[in-house]
Amino acid sequence: MNKTLSVSILGGSGYVGGELLRLLLDHPRVEVSQVTSQSQAGRFVHHSHPNLRGRTDLKFVHPEAMTPCDFLFLAQPHGFAAGKIEDLTGFAERLVDCSADFRLRDPVQYKKWYGEEHPNASWLSRFVYGLPELNREELREARFASGVGCNATVTTFALMPLARAGLLTRVVVDVKVGSSEGGARPTDGSHHPERSGAVRSFKLTGHRHQAEIRQNLGAEFDLNFSVTSVELVRGALATAHCFLSETLEEKDVWKLYRQTYRDERFVRLVKQKTGIFRYPEPKVLSGTNYCDVGFELDPGTDPQRVVAVAAIDNLMKGAAGSAVQTLNVMMGWDEAEGLGFPGLHPL
Amino acid sequence: MSDKKLECPECAGSVELKADTMEGEIVQCGDCGVELEVTKGDSAFALQPAPEEEEDWGE
Repeated sequence: MNKTLSVSILGGSGYVGGELLRLLLDHPRVEVSQVTSQSQAGRFVHHSHPNLRGRTDLKFVHPEAMTPCDFLFLAQPHGFAAGKIEDLTGFAERLVDCSADFRLRDPVQYKKWYGEEHPNASWLSRFVYGLPELNREELREARFASGVGCNATVTTFALMPLARAGLLTRVVVDVKVGSSEGGARPTDGSHHPERSGAVRSFKLTGHRHQAEIRQNLGAEFDLNFSVTSVELVRGALATAHCFLSETLEEKDVWKLYRQTYRDERFVRLVKQKTGIFRYPEPKVLSGTNYCDVGFELDPGTDPQRVVAVAAIDNLMKGAAGSAVQTLNVMMGWDEAEGLGFPGLHPL
Repeated sequence: MSDKKLECPECAGSVELKADTMEGEIVQCGDCGVELEVTKGDSAFALQPAPEEEEDWGE
């Protein structure tokens, strides 16, 4: 098959950039043209991403040396693209910005959660939130897509069937996350003696991803959201205690989840009566684009409680994997191209 | 004789019985993983949860 699409990554030395590069190097329809990094310019990409040694002879180029391409991925920190989007869109016909800069459509919500006016608020409505399971049809026509928030994504998948059925009245969710969510840049808190073995309450209230969850689910319910950093490198597990407006039987909940995800190739229902992995578990999803979803109904509760659970690899379904899936949708290709890795077991 | 589909009594998933399935056989639901015993009523096959070994998950 001829490689037809020229793709570049702006900001390729971080973890999301590295995952994008891993996926795109094996994608049958693209050719990676450039990977930029201000700090690593001139070095081989495997200097930052050692798993790619021998897979490519690409070197990082300085962002100022970037040339036009067909499709551009932005893997820069939050705040980079917001003020430069006019210039950045001049480099490619289509792009996906993996940062949070264009995830929210409402400028008022952006200001509320990010604490400042969006410097290009009129562009917010030109971006489509890059989660194909939510916005597949819009993405087919889109030129610009945002990336997704990992915690928002895993929570969205846990809640979506109940939200769409209008059953949620109150939700209390905690997401356990791995250290790679903090990015590639070290901090005092990520220093090994401090981080190792820690179970750290990261954001007990006011997490920005709440805005994404609300935007994704479009439902009115009381949302209480926290994040806990645990002893993982990759992975996010959402445990959502959902209080419903109706009393259901477990088979009813099965039906809702089946209906919602029946045709989704990257969402799997995991609720097993036997075996070791009875509920979604991030460990077996490392490197994959899957989101595993499960639930348990608490019988006899009033209001009815369902505990919904979802797991992802935060760098994949929560970032680079969804971004490549979005590329596939935007280009009209098979959605799973380049995303076939089923994970490892044991790991 | 063709294969037959029955509903899982636990999750309402579809469980396929092979044409040569016999009464007393244990089959597994592909959705929820529960093991099911094939029983026979008046004439048709039915499914009921098979006795399972409980695990102590730290409770």
